[in-house]
Amino acid sequence: MAAPELSSPLPRTRKRLTPALRWWWIFQRVSGVVLVVLIFTHLFYNLVLGDGVSQIDFGFVAGKWAAPLWRWWDFTMLVLAMLHGMNGMSYLINDYARSKRSRAILHALLGTATAVIIVLGTLVIFTFDPCPQDADPSLLPSFCSEVNA
Amino acid sequence: MPSTPTLYRGHEGMWMWIVHRATGVAIFFFLLVHVLDTALVRVSPEAYNSVISSYKTPLYGLVEAGLVAAIVLHAFNGLRIIAVDQSTWALRHQKLLVWLVWGLFVLIMAGFLPRHLMVVFGGE
Repeated sequence: MAAPELSSPLPRTRKRLTPALRWWWIFQRVSGVVLVVLIFTHLFYNLVLGDGVSQIDFGFVAGKWAAPLWRWWDFTMLVLAMLHGMNGMSYLINDYARSKRSRAILHALLGTATAVIIVLGTLVIFTFDPCPQDADPSLLPSFCSEVNA
Repeated sequence: MPSTPTLYRGHEGMWMWIVHRATGVAIFFFLLVHVLDTALVRVSPEAYNSVISSYKTPLYGLVEAGLVAAIVLHAFNGLRIIAVDQSTWALRHQKLLVWLVWGLFVLIMAGFLPRHLMVVFGGE
């Protein structure tokens, strides 16, 4: 069956968004633009420059996080990406979950997962120790030998 | 000919809408895993290196290429959605912009894939 023809814009029937939904709508767009810059740079630096994916190991991470810029870069990326992803998944839950109960359960799971990942990721970034005492020195970044000597 | 002027149904915009949702979900679940694997730097260098070394195998190399593809598509299409919401010109030319998204996607992947696959399969 053919879809109905749309000859002119439909009359305005929409309700205004609640302030919260409106805020999230704007956030989705603003964070999206920022994330394009943050993530494209992240991928280019880690997967294209240097030796590509084969360069990534503990020493590589330690070398990057020695610079506060990369710590804050990764923190911003973590928070914006998780909130952007949470809001996107929330749109899908509202579209596809049929009962009020399943919506509530899925939203609770989503909120919990988001909070756990943001808190965990933030702790990892800001409590990171590039030179753990009991580790094999050959796996550590070169600057550790000067610190521990 | 199904050329009635419905906005999306069965045309470029609808397929992009599906692609946007599918790539978004894939990226979201990868992100959860990616934060967890990176968190291993807080456990020990050995734990992190052993898990990350599995990302360097051919199988994961291909999965990574797929993830980069999903991110690039989602990013450019997201910018198209913003443009279509903000400008009447973009709304009128949303189909053209869909093809622009695919064009940019092909361009970026043509640059990225040879580089990445040579690293993954080059055995360095």
